[in-house]
Amino acid sequence: MTFTIAGEKKEYEEGINLTTLIEKEQIDNPDYVTVTINDEFIDRDAFPTTVIKEGDTVEFLYFMGGGAA
Amino acid sequence: MSDIRIIMKKEDYETILEHCRKGLPNEACGLLAGTVEGNVKTVTKVYLLNNIDESNEHFSMDPKEQFAALKDARANGVGLIGNFHSHPESPSRPSEEDKRLSFDPTFEYLILSLQEPDAPVLKAFEVDKEKNVFVHEIEYV
Repeated sequence: MTFTIAGEKKEYEEGINLTTLIEKEQIDNPDYVTVTINDEFIDRDAFPTTVIKEGDTVEFLYFMGGGAA
Repeated sequence: MSDIRIIMKKEDYETILEHCRKGLPNEACGLLAGTVEGNVKTVTKVYLLNNIDESNEHFSMDPKEQFAALKDARANGVGLIGNFHSHPESPSRPSEEDKRLSFDPTFEYLILSLQEPDAPVLKAFEVDKEKNVFVHEIEYV
């Protein structure tokens, strides 16, 4: 099955869920990552039950913030 | 890697400066799209984002605005290569909080200090996975 992650086409097995995909993509600090699939933001609680489908477009966005103190 | 060089148009610098001044007394922030060729990173577009913290001591970007910038960058055939934020009352250097929340070692983290209102200082930093900080040269064209 082929879908797009961060602008690149990737091959993964059918039925892969978002939690497993984050592990396999070796995303560091996953607690600070927001995910969109086909432009829709996915609730963190739904990661384990969100199955990626053929042709989907997945984007990972790191939280961006900081402090001057 | 401290030999990385950033190419930025003067007008993009002015855009960042104006956005950060308008945001005072709070911190302001934004994203940078561009290209990477070897050790040279060229900024092609600046995105002005809202600091949803509305604070003069910290900032957070709105994920929806982040995503809109990412989509626009991809549509233009480039990627997001960095971000910027202002330090209204402190120098241009990553705070401990800035370092802790720097998750991408390939990203450029630019900090504009407005501590001296008439002498703003913009510097670019890399923060590696061990939270070591490297300063990168910015060349204005």
